[in-house]
Amino acid sequence: MAAADIERLIRLLGRLPGLGPRSARKAGLAMLKRPEAILRPLVEAMQLCAERVTACGICGNLDTTDPCSVCRDASRDDRVICVVQEVEDLWAMERLVGFKGRYHVLGGTLSAIEGRGPETIRIGALLARIEAASVEEVVLALGATVDGQTTAHYIHERLRSAGCVVTRLGHGLPVGGELNYLDEGTLEAAMRARQKVA
Amino acid sequence: MATRAPYQKNGGARGGAAFSLFPPLPWHPPLIDWQDEGIVLSVRPLGERDAVLSLLTFAHGRHAGLVRGGVGKRQGALLQPGNRLQLSWQARLEQHLGAFTVEPLRLHAARIMGDSLALLGLGSAVGLVESGAGEREPHGLLYAALLKLVEELGPGRAWLETYVRFELVLLSELGFALDLETCAVTGVTEGLVYVSPRTGRAVSRDAAGDLAPRLLPLPGFLTGRGEADDQAIAQGLRLAGHFLTRHILDPMDKAMPAARERLLARVASDSDSEDD
Repeated sequence: MAAADIERLIRLLGRLPGLGPRSARKAGLAMLKRPEAILRPLVEAMQLCAERVTACGICGNLDTTDPCSVCRDASRDDRVICVVQEVEDLWAMERLVGFKGRYHVLGGTLSAIEGRGPETIRIGALLARIEAASVEEVVLALGATVDGQTTAHYIHERLRSAGCVVTRLGHGLPVGGELNYLDEGTLEAAMRARQKVA
Repeated sequence: MATRAPYQKNGGARGGAAFSLFPPLPWHPPLIDWQDEGIVLSVRPLGERDAVLSLLTFAHGRHAGLVRGGVGKRQGALLQPGNRLQLSWQARLEQHLGAFTVEPLRLHAARIMGDSLALLGLGSAVGLVESGAGEREPHGLLYAALLKLVEELGPGRAWLETYVRFELVLLSELGFALDLETCAVTGVTEGLVYVSPRTGRAVSRDAAGDLAPRLLPLPGFLTGRGEADDQAIAQGLRLAGHFLTRHILDPMDKAMPAARERLLARVASDSDSEDD
């Protein structure tokens, strides 16, 4: 039977996504067995993050500075803003080396069922940002779900008078995907978005 | 006394004395299961992998159930509002949440996603059914109306007439049918152009008299006269909306779905620009 403090550590680890009670126990034990190599550096890193990490006042990204490193990067193109649902989507887009514009994290999507209206996500901040800067293109990189696309259409409607081009990511065939394994909805979207072979 | 399960012959001691040292196996009630088809209304994540799915089914009404792995990549495309699925539901007891296994019948959501007006129609319809239809109360006609609507949703505006009719079926199935056949005052069947906001019955132009400004306009396409243009659709949405709010949403302290409000605003603004 572990001491109360260790039990507490395991219980807290078990709250993390991807960790159930058994894997939390495993992770906790691995830390406790190697305190110098894992536990202490982890404590220091977590302490630093708890003290310094904040949401960027401009784009909503998480960083130790406000504005975040992406918003401070002078080499980025101010004329293009990529709108994403969550911070993890921003990080996923950042793995795409080709995009060098700015970002805007909404923090969710509109949902009729859940009662999430435009005031519950950062659409107002996006509109204000576009109005203040000379933005030429807004890329809507939202999920290919009913809620994601409802949000995309809503933003598109609100931006009609802003004078910028609104684009969205393509829907369809994933790289490595085989036609006979695809659901009919994805296949239909891919068929609609077909392109001329270059 | 608990009923024995089929495998518990001789009180659980299978094969005679050699197994008599083991206690009888605990009795479990048999699983309840049914097969049906349904249209997805909403999906809520449960934990990291599973989802609680709510559908309008043909024979079992609005029904929820757990879908294991429902948040994952494999089932994400299936569990979108508007999709028509083949269902198998299983639970220990009737009152349990139970678990669904689902197979696609027709994935309408992917087709609708590209059209903003159709998405508003879908969001509005599933929002109203989710808010209004009683859980596990079969409404075959409502299912048929929703199915017709999701099949028609898409580019163009032809589906808007079906949408208004869907809302009238929703009202009717929940016990608040509008009587648009005869005049509530004179009993005539011609010249019906208004609806009483109190009784939901049609009123003819002649009978309305000075009360006309206090009555709701009845669009012609609902009585088989006139076309379902944007102005008539907006009138139909206001008519159904009045009774949906009064009889269904207000008593449950619920608001009209935001998608429904935006749908009406879009249709009304288009009809205004048509007038100009």
